[in-house]
Amino acid sequence: MRKFSFVFILGLILLWGCTDDNPSGPDADDFDREEILVNWADNIILPAFESFSTTTGELKTAGENFTTNPNQQTLQELRDAWKTSYLAWQHVSMFEMGKAMDVRFRDYLNTYPVSANESSPNADQTIQKNIQTGTYNLELPSLRDTQGFPALDYLLNGLGDSDDAILEYYTTHQDAVEYKKYINDLVTRMDQLTVEVLDHWESGYRDQFVSNSGNGANGSLDMMVNDYIFYYEKYLRAGKIGIPAGVSAISSGTPSPVRVEAYYSEGLSKALFMEALNATQNFFNGKHYGTQEMGESLASYLDYLNTMKEGADLTQLINNQFESARNQAENLNSDFVTQIETDNSEMLATYDELQKNVVFLKVDMLQALNINVDYVDADGD
Amino acid sequence: MSIESTLQEYLRKTANAAPLAVFRIFFGILMLISIIRFAANGWIYKLYIEPDFFFSYYGFEWVQPIGEWTYLIFIICGLSTIFVSIGYKYRAAIIVFFLSFTYIELMDKTTYLNHYYFISILSFLMIFLPAHAYYSVDAWKNESLRAQKVPAWTIDSIKLLLGIVYFYAGLAKLNSDWLLRAMPLQIWLPANYSLPILGDLLQQTWVHYAFSWAGALYDLTIPFLLLMKRTRLFAFVLVIVFHALTRVLFPIGMFPYIMIVSALIFFEPKLHNTILSRISRFFKIQKDRFDNARSYLFSSTITRKASIGLLSLFFIVQLLIPFRYLLYPGELFWTEEGFRFSWRVMLMEKAGYANFKVVDSESDQSFYVDNTEFLTRFQEKQMAAQPDFILEYAHHLEDYYQQKGIEDPGIYVESFVALNGRRSRPYVDPNADLTEIEPSLKHRTWILPFDDEIKGL
Repeated sequence: MRKFSFVFILGLILLWGCTDDNPSGPDADDFDREEILVNWADNIILPAFESFSTTTGELKTAGENFTTNPNQQTLQELRDAWKTSYLAWQHVSMFEMGKAMDVRFRDYLNTYPVSANESSPNADQTIQKNIQTGTYNLELPSLRDTQGFPALDYLLNGLGDSDDAILEYYTTHQDAVEYKKYINDLVTRMDQLTVEVLDHWESGYRDQFVSNSGNGANGSLDMMVNDYIFYYEKYLRAGKIGIPAGVSAISSGTPSPVRVEAYYSEGLSKALFMEALNATQNFFNGKHYGTQEMGESLASYLDYLNTMKEGADLTQLINNQFESARNQAENLNSDFVTQIETDNSEMLATYDELQKNVVFLKVDMLQALNINVDYVDADGD
Repeated sequence: MSIESTLQEYLRKTANAAPLAVFRIFFGILMLISIIRFAANGWIYKLYIEPDFFFSYYGFEWVQPIGEWTYLIFIICGLSTIFVSIGYKYRAAIIVFFLSFTYIELMDKTTYLNHYYFISILSFLMIFLPAHAYYSVDAWKNESLRAQKVPAWTIDSIKLLLGIVYFYAGLAKLNSDWLLRAMPLQIWLPANYSLPILGDLLQQTWVHYAFSWAGALYDLTIPFLLLMKRTRLFAFVLVIVFHALTRVLFPIGMFPYIMIVSALIFFEPKLHNTILSRISRFFKIQKDRFDNARSYLFSSTITRKASIGLLSLFFIVQLLIPFRYLLYPGELFWTEEGFRFSWRVMLMEKAGYANFKVVDSESDQSFYVDNTEFLTRFQEKQMAAQPDFILEYAHHLEDYYQQKGIEDPGIYVESFVALNGRRSRPYVDPNADLTEIEPSLKHRTWILPFDDEIKGL
């Protein structure tokens, strides 16, 4: 009995500790992680997808208009719709989770370089082949680089040197019917996939995402942060800048302008990159989609953890680095193809600035947030 | 009395065999559950079959997963636990378990855990213990083996191993990061925000310090509290509370259960006999048959002396290995030279990033490597913060790009590591061609200095 009374007293001491009047840390109620998820879902992800879905709807209509009546005006309207949608895409590309992950949304909408014809990097299955044979199943993974934005880029900007030359393919060309069908198939599929992903978010996935607020590799926060960093590293840093500038093994270290996003459309690549850079920074800061309002996100979470540890201001460092990358990128030609061919060093310098934030995000931020990369046993005693 | 005769007398002392038998039974069951859990989580495939490349321990490069056959190793390991538990062909079973389990652990050091190492050496120790002399199928069938008493040192050796694990884990916590900065608990605990009640508490700085100090104190004292009869029950309550907490706070799998059940070995045989009686009643086993009052005899004096000699050596090695870090200059947490196999558990939050550059010396072309092409996310995370991983991976890249036609690739790495909440700093010398450095146990001069100090052990 004496033993148990000892345990009892210990319990009392513990309880007394818990009701200490002067906690040295910040008030725990100050920060609710679920708020981050709510902000991401309701103010960033869903509005971005809604807006993007509007643009794919318009893209589809523009595609139909163009193919029913191919002329200079409808071509330009389709190009404009494509451009608007491509810019909006930069705000949803990073959210490859839930349905988007299931359907490989990013792969089907924006795999580049596109396989246009036999001179493309991947010449096995090309757009030209698809059109000539007329038998293609766009749902096949092997046809990912013959559809989406890059495929439209080729079909609207890359088929000929002038608008007249391009229009010929849709009017007088012997395969004109097939060309028009291909355009329609592409815009229909893009819109259909987008609607599918948006519907999924609206019909329950949003609640599932927000309520999965626990910590652990399968919690929404850990999952989203991992995906976010993955996007930043692989699609923004490498995909848009590094790979075309020739830093990767894909081109054995030689610059590869054909790997620029929106390769056939002069002067859009920089705008797409800048849009994506803004989107990633906005997400970090919790800035609402399409407005100037701010909400809870990684920035405020880091600030909260910092006040606890009295550490250096990581949020500031990361935002400064986003600024440096943006400032460096301002020097780039609006067309990355031109930039790479005239002075690739500016591209490499942009890559270096982006690279510095990989370290902040992947090392310092991941450590501070204690994000799990995977569900496996870790050490303890 | 001389030391020698005291020692001889101790070695001749016998004790009731029930604690050892209970330990064997539970050990087998927990290992079986661990293996099943591992398989059910899909980890055999994910960790040992899916990856293209595996990180080897120095000198054990020949231990590799064997494709689909890797499942067979797990099946063998799982089956052996049943044999160990029921004590059927015990000696062969525990050897098979030790070998298969250790093989699994050696396949990829990405998954290194102190727990697994503990299981490996514990099963090694058990090879030499007569854990099947009592309440086992072997003893049921073989009268000459059956013994109600075993040498006391056989039970004490398990206590000693447990004591080493705890005490050394406690010693390792006596450093400035743990005690004065509450690191890494200060990073880890707030992440458990979603726990009821505890979640809010874990945001408080004082709680981080309380957990740090209590953890160190627990580890240092628990072996002694368990040894002393007066404090044993209290100590056992602490064991349960402590491990239940770690179970809730950290993703550490089966280990808490293993430690809780292992701690039963410290109790008086009365408890173990009660447990065995209960089991007997449930399974209708005639327990009396084992109660023959005989003492276990080793098959020969040589076997006995060899066992004692080997285990003495084993424990000397165990006591020394954790201190091998003293042979290396530099900060242990930073260089990790002599970090593993030392019961340094939960001491570090280390995150890293390693960007590898391949330079073709002939054409002077260079490019960066996409690590995800070669490694899983988990492997990449482990690799990026540990120098031996970085070097091994660099050599793998060298081989790969040689096959791709680059005759003499130079491999350089731009790497950053953050340790226990410090800002990230450059880790490996970016000007060092890693292909020129051979893996060895020598001090690594190619790691950049830590430029900070962690005081303590």
